[in-house]
Amino acid sequence: MAETLYYRTASDLNRELESKRISSEEIVRAVIDRTRAVDEKVCAFISFDEDDAIAQAKASDARRARGEALGPLDGIPVGIKDIMAVKGQPLTCASRMLGKFVSPYDATSIRKLKDAGAVVWGRLNMDEFAMGSSTENSSVKTTANPWNTECIPGGSSGGSAACVAAGEAPLSLGSDTGGSIRQPAALCGVVGMKPTYGLVSRYGLVAFASSLDQIGPFAHTVEDAALLLQTIAGHDRFDSTSFKTDIPDYRTELQRKRGPWKLGIPREYFGEGLDPEVEKAVRAAIEFYRKEGCEIVDVSLPHSDYAVGVYYIIATAEASSNLARYDGVRYTHRSTDVKDAIDLYFKTRAEGFGPEVKRRVILGTYVLSSGYYDAYYLKAQKVRTLIRGDFLNAYEEVDALITPTTPAPAFRRGEKVDDPLQMYLSDIYTISANLAGIPGISIPCGFSGGGLPIGLQILGQPFKEADLFAIARKFEQAHDHHTRHPAL
Amino acid sequence: MAENKIDIDYVANLARIALTDEEKKRFSGQLGDVLHYIEKLNTVDVSGVEPTAHAFPLENVWREDGAEEGFSVETALENAPAARRNMIVVPKVVE
Repeated sequence: MAETLYYRTASDLNRELESKRISSEEIVRAVIDRTRAVDEKVCAFISFDEDDAIAQAKASDARRARGEALGPLDGIPVGIKDIMAVKGQPLTCASRMLGKFVSPYDATSIRKLKDAGAVVWGRLNMDEFAMGSSTENSSVKTTANPWNTECIPGGSSGGSAACVAAGEAPLSLGSDTGGSIRQPAALCGVVGMKPTYGLVSRYGLVAFASSLDQIGPFAHTVEDAALLLQTIAGHDRFDSTSFKTDIPDYRTELQRKRGPWKLGIPREYFGEGLDPEVEKAVRAAIEFYRKEGCEIVDVSLPHSDYAVGVYYIIATAEASSNLARYDGVRYTHRSTDVKDAIDLYFKTRAEGFGPEVKRRVILGTYVLSSGYYDAYYLKAQKVRTLIRGDFLNAYEEVDALITPTTPAPAFRRGEKVDDPLQMYLSDIYTISANLAGIPGISIPCGFSGGGLPIGLQILGQPFKEADLFAIARKFEQAHDHHTRHPAL
Repeated sequence: MAENKIDIDYVANLARIALTDEEKKRFSGQLGDVLHYIEKLNTVDVSGVEPTAHAFPLENVWREDGAEEGFSVETALENAPAARRNMIVVPKVVE
């Protein structure tokens, strides 16, 4: 019982719950107290509903007392990015556009969490409509990095990463379109995982770029991330892009799969722009795997340099189409001072969207507009084929790829706000996985001299999440970065 | 690829967003930088390459066309900015 209750892992809390040493209500109250104590500083949450969380905890304790516990997450709080629908709770996407929206239904991931008895906890801050890399594009508040509150937590799932790092929830869910889980996980020193495209249903996840978006877990440990993914993964008839595939028992696989693996080091991820401290920590991790008997192979992903360009064409094109639904008519903010129906669209969208969303909708509209479609959108889709091919070629030879998650540790708040291109380039190592549809995980692998966390990214083969978890845990078990917590 | 300049009035009109003059000026400059960066794609040879719309192409998904329980009208209108008699109120479209 060395660790404070609110910093203990979900797996550990589950053992305590099973042996009846603690109750879900105690856990949830500890998390609420912790949130009250630190969130003024961290600002991970847009809102939270204490009474609702305690009611869920009491229901869990009652189930357990009857001997009807629903599984390893029963009674464990899970923080939710404010982009997933939870029936009866607000859903804002950190946008003025959805300021008063209350979800009439549960996202599939949320329904699965509830079916597993988890305590659905709070609405976590994010970049507006998940567009951003620092959570500074939230229209509500900016989240601080718990390790240094002058720095950004990453984004767009900055609240989801910061809340786990700060002990405001042992687990959380985020969404990853170009790195929005892995990048903030790296910058906040927690585990963050983007599953293979199609493994987790997107039903009830507000759409940003539908061919890239995936929901995934944040956690203190790889085992906890596996536990949470286990709960939300699987085919869903409400999402036609969700895959019919057998989901292995990840925790059993974690015990079974012990390597050694053949690991590829893509040379394009270690070039110009990589911070020396990050490179040193990642190279040390590679050395660790080599010493553990893994074969380390130099590989090339020759089209890497085009990924950011391809992404900002495809993601903005899809966003311009997806966000057309925010028209002020059915369920959004509506401008009051309007001449006619067309004017209502123009003014509602001008008032409801923040600058980054406007920029991306404009860019996406442009690349899809008459005369430019072939030059931009079609071209980007073709280069996407080549990027995906690079990965599939590499996977002919290796089990997984090892890279840095981000080019540098967390940057200072405000530093890149006026330079969208520089902000976009902070996702340079994470974007390709979304374009290729492959799974990726970021785990803590060290700290900078300034005390900021550094993330190690492992990219796996499609639907081989079990291998990814096993490879990540190999490193985690031999190191203690994941056990360190920020002083708040 | 086209020149790095977006006709911001034309595109904002297509996107149905009213922009201020200040926004037009700022976005034109910032998006010009992004388009310039994207020009890199000009150097890639994509002849004979098929476009990828989704990482894992799926077949059509079929099901029986049966009636199922959906939202009640009240639930569907809960978030409407203005509603009356089970309908959403909008500005007059036809004179």
